[in-house]
Amino acid sequence: MLDFTGIWSAVRLTLELATVTTIVLLVIGTPVAWWLARSKARFKEVVATVVALPLVLPPTVLGFYLLLALGPEGPGGAIASLFGGRSLAFTFEGLVIGSVIYSMPFVVQPIRNAFQAIGDGPMEIAATLRASPLDAFWSVAVPLARPGFLTGAVLGFAHTIGEFGVVLMIGGNIPGETRVLSVAIYDYVETLQWTHAHVLAGGMLAFAFIVILAVLLIEKRIGRSTP
Amino acid sequence: MNDKQRLLALAVVLAAAVAPRLTAADTVHAAVAANFTGAANEIGSAFAAATGHEVMYSFGATGQLYAQITQGAPFDVFLAADRERPGQAEREGYAVPGSRFTYATGAIVLYSADPALVSGADTLRRADFTRLAIANPATAPYGHAAIEALKALGVYEALAGRIVQGNNIAQVYQFVATGNAELGFVAQAQVAIRDGGSRWPVPSGLYPAIAQDAVLLNSARGNEAARAFLDFLRGDAAREIKSRYGYGPGN
Repeated sequence: MLDFTGIWSAVRLTLELATVTTIVLLVIGTPVAWWLARSKARFKEVVATVVALPLVLPPTVLGFYLLLALGPEGPGGAIASLFGGRSLAFTFEGLVIGSVIYSMPFVVQPIRNAFQAIGDGPMEIAATLRASPLDAFWSVAVPLARPGFLTGAVLGFAHTIGEFGVVLMIGGNIPGETRVLSVAIYDYVETLQWTHAHVLAGGMLAFAFIVILAVLLIEKRIGRSTP
Repeated sequence: MNDKQRLLALAVVLAAAVAPRLTAADTVHAAVAANFTGAANEIGSAFAAATGHEVMYSFGATGQLYAQITQGAPFDVFLAADRERPGQAEREGYAVPGSRFTYATGAIVLYSADPALVSGADTLRRADFTRLAIANPATAPYGHAAIEALKALGVYEALAGRIVQGNNIAQVYQFVATGNAELGFVAQAQVAIRDGGSRWPVPSGLYPAIAQDAVLLNSARGNEAARAFLDFLRGDAAREIKSRYGYGPGN
């Protein structure tokens, strides 16, 4: 018999994690992307490299460092102790921290590209119209970069949904708290509950197809709208 | 390069490509439950020294390894952490009938990196901790044994909300060693050769015996090295290593 409560709990948790992660990434990724796109600082590409590292690093590297960093000896433990805990591992918050780092390049890169594509022109025109830099940012740069935000948000969301290695290493497999979709699938396969595994894996396949198609369509529309 | 030289070069390249395959006939590929990692590595070295055969290990949770075996993973022998999975492998035609035997009996230990935390069953009753790590009871027999011990002590209901699961017994040790979980049920073999921390060997009456079976897999039916390895695993040299890691003898 299919146990839909287990499946549903994993789906809901995964959607929550991806949503929170995407929001956090848009908030902290936007200024980073803006700085990377506009700054003339020499060490700019060093920062860009740090942001892009999760693209190359195996999740086990991130998972290992996170396990130490979130623990009682690391900064995560210090933060947890403020709230009466002792470690951020095995918590939803810990997964958000891991996911933000892991999915960062997927959000920052498209937004940075979009900011770069705007060029100096529109911002200078806004300045001649006496718009403050902040005003110009909100009313000129952000609307023009909207497709970049859309692509970044979709990719960041989707990449977080697909996360596995980091969660496996720092999650502790707690139902409703850290037992996300990919880990649930892994468990179902291991315990030979392949009907459950098929339900989730098939759903993920369809989801991934839709996401990538959506990104391609967004990009095609941008390609058409820019002269 | 003339044709002759070219042919010679080709022969050298081919020989280099084939050579490791020829020696691979003497390499045993073993799927091994994670709790047996330390002992397996020592037994592997002793086996290589005694017979000249090599053994290559893939460590994992018993359930995970079994799922891989049903899908044709290239293993010759399977050293599980329970009796069920090797028995199932035999019944379902993945293993050579009659080759199964108990190579070790495992024990669980309540362990903490904190030298002052674990004193005995009282530690669980006092519940002065936030996270208790166990191996996934659905796939790892050591996790199942931990749950049974908690139930036997009557503390399972009270502690269920604090349990975090490692994917296998090795990950449980990671969680505890890094302090992310204050304590956890590890395999005695993992801490037998380590000092430090605090520990309580769980009395064997509190959980079902963890008899660990080994079995020869079908693909290795005619593999002499694999059979030699299973014999070695039963022998005196292996027994000495196993007892040093805290395993009871098999049969």
